[in-house]
Amino acid sequence: MTRFAEKNTAITGVGLSDVSRGADKSALALTVDAALEAIADAGLTRADIDGIATWPGERADGSGFSPVGCAALQDALRLEVGWYGGGGEAPGQYGAVFNAIGAIAAGLCRNVLIFRTMYEATARKTAYANSLLREGQRQAGPFSWYAPYYTYAAALQQALFFNLYVHKSGIRPEQIGQIAVGQRRNAALNPRAIYKAPITIKDYLASPLIATPLRIYDCDVPIDGAAAIIVSRMDVARTLRNPPIRIEAIGSSMRYRNSWTQLAELDTQAQPKVAEMMWSRTDLKPADVDIAQLYDGFSFHTINWLENFGFCERYGAKDFIDGGQRIALDGELPVNTGGGALSGGRLHAYGAVHEACTQLWGRAGARQVKGDPQICATSTSGGPLAGAMLLVRD
Amino acid sequence: MIARTLPAIDRDNEAYWTWGREGKLAIHRCASCEYFVHPPVPFCPRCESRDVAPQAVSGRGRVVTFTINHKPWVPDLVDPYVLALVAIAEQDDVRLACNIVECAPEAVDFDMEVEVVFEQAEDLWIPLFRPVTA
Repeated sequence: MTRFAEKNTAITGVGLSDVSRGADKSALALTVDAALEAIADAGLTRADIDGIATWPGERADGSGFSPVGCAALQDALRLEVGWYGGGGEAPGQYGAVFNAIGAIAAGLCRNVLIFRTMYEATARKTAYANSLLREGQRQAGPFSWYAPYYTYAAALQQALFFNLYVHKSGIRPEQIGQIAVGQRRNAALNPRAIYKAPITIKDYLASPLIATPLRIYDCDVPIDGAAAIIVSRMDVARTLRNPPIRIEAIGSSMRYRNSWTQLAELDTQAQPKVAEMMWSRTDLKPADVDIAQLYDGFSFHTINWLENFGFCERYGAKDFIDGGQRIALDGELPVNTGGGALSGGRLHAYGAVHEACTQLWGRAGARQVKGDPQICATSTSGGPLAGAMLLVRD
Repeated sequence: MIARTLPAIDRDNEAYWTWGREGKLAIHRCASCEYFVHPPVPFCPRCESRDVAPQAVSGRGRVVTFTINHKPWVPDLVDPYVLALVAIAEQDDVRLACNIVECAPEAVDFDMEVEVVFEQAEDLWIPLFRPVTA
């Protein structure tokens, strides 16, 4: 298994900006905050950073989805790098990490600064109405197949998958609600979370429907913020101040139809083959995993990943999360320990990586999982996009 | 209801969005092995033929999955509506995004039999589906 390039890399530092429902500084300033914190956390300086990566790259469309790209951050920090890359056609948000692994293996760089910046809270207060559609413009590309049908948001496309999942699995609303309720309980112990007030299953069931079966509490919360991580070559990582968090295995495949409408298995989306690839690159098994930071753009993604990572059987998640005990901080598999994107804020899978490292380094304070967790499974997803990583602290 | 956002037309998708003028639902099909190729591209992934062209299908299908929208994403979007994926009767792995019309949203169900209807919008005919009544 040593032939796999990810095993020669590790996360050596993490950083997080202020995360809020309306920032008092620019998106670039937030990105600088996160980047400098990550660089310092690794025990490095700006001069040590020789690679930069992000996903999906700068999108100057006013949406706040990705307002900062590699070039803007490179110039702000005056970095001198041997490699950089940002782009959306990748295995979800972790595409930036996977590309960095390849760049390190190619000898192009040793310490890569990887970041994700969101400015959606401010964007939605100003011009952007959370709509994928633009009045008066004809829609080109794959989304054109959805455009005429009032498909205003990804929530609608994904609700199609989730409704089929509910139909096939028989999961009940009070079981689905355990994700939102449990993560809110975790968020109450996270000083940097957005929403900390407790919610109950009753609150969940009374919350507004967005598109069946999605309720408002199933949806992540748009924020302004940035997260950054440093991925280093293993020989460098072993000289730095934090115990290396090794990238033990990745799942990056596209062995399925990459289409929002034509995916073969609509109810599981792209996740199964990506998870299968990740497990094929390690001797570790689902039972070895201590904690999980599972993508929660919508709570159903988390439910899907529990099955697709093999923590429970197909359509067994309803029983696994019933009552919420197994996925709680003191449960057999603590999930989304910082509140996730639902309560912590939508840092789009990079908040999850930050929380994974925070837990594996034992820095999580009141929400620290007991027993010195060493192994974390983490994932991204959304329709035909999916990526997975298994992280192991030495 | 507010105006639909229309697709940009290119050489591959033109038949799909315009044959409704004649009441026909056009899906690309391989002349060599008869596989339906959707989204349309002039290449058959099954037999590698380049002889793939739009052909009228029955317009019948079944609801593979659906969602009832409740959120007013834009002003004036007030009534619940159904977004669905419909598999065509001829080939179950060809799925068409659509709205289900002429039917109360709460009456839509998985595997419901549906048939195409078209709604003109500017120079295009948008395929929609309604329950089969007969």
